[in-house]
Amino acid sequence: MIPLSWYLIVAALLFSMGLYGVFARRNAVAILMSVELMLNAVNINLVAFWRYLAPDQVTGMAWAIFVLTVAAAEAAVGLALIISVYRNRDSVVAEELDLLKN
Amino acid sequence: MAEQITFIIGSILALGAGFIVVTNRNLFHGALALMISFLGVAAIYLSLDAGFLAAAQLLIYIGAISILIIFAIMLTRRMMQTTEDPFNSQFLLALAASVTVFAILFSAIVYVWPLTASNSVPLAAKTAVADAVLQDTVVNLGSAFVGADGYVIPFELASILLLAAMVGAIIVAWPKPEDVA
Repeated sequence: MIPLSWYLIVAALLFSMGLYGVFARRNAVAILMSVELMLNAVNINLVAFWRYLAPDQVTGMAWAIFVLTVAAAEAAVGLALIISVYRNRDSVVAEELDLLKN
Repeated sequence: MAEQITFIIGSILALGAGFIVVTNRNLFHGALALMISFLGVAAIYLSLDAGFLAAAQLLIYIGAISILIIFAIMLTRRMMQTTEDPFNSQFLLALAASVTVFAILFSAIVYVWPLTASNSVPLAAKTAVADAVLQDTVVNLGSAFVGADGYVIPFELASILLLAAMVGAIIVAWPKPEDVA
């Protein structure tokens, strides 16, 4: 079998890449896509810990499915917000959305 | 052996496509790469004996969320131009921050779970009982979700959350009355 740490390292890499995308991308849709990558990384961690440390309990799987649910809700609302912002401001560049600044 | 191959293929897909997602100029290509990355994560689930989650990943992420993202990209079409800089002015700082986060995570992981084979055997493989448990993971999961001593209330809350998100998404994205006319 594969050592547990390999899964954790893959998940950490995916999480860090998503984090970079969230910090550095300008397009709001790209930021949302990076957030999805981070959620996936967290899910890999949950499933790996479930499989290696507590396979006789369903807690890990149940958590992963709740994360999946929340990710779906987050994507739906986030994309609706982006579309609404695009209608009003004609832009989806994150740094141009400074409505609350003035 | 099959697990190793699945894990390696899944990791390469997930990480390679994930890298394309965060660096690509063309957002549409990024969304397609995101689908491949989700596929790789599904393969990683398969290598962890979580077939149900892999199927759910295919259905929810690749089938629903990716399509939603592609719709959003097409509805905000002007932003698909590839000439603009995809990164903002703080991308070096962001690179430093994410490399630091990865370094911290990596050192913590190899400190607790060294890269040796000593912990490569999951606890499940050590007992025949756990093997039997793994056989009906889906049954256990189902009874945990709707059983009285399980996750009934979180389960119902999740469905309310999904309903609220759906209604909220429709209302937020609803065109203003003057735009419709």
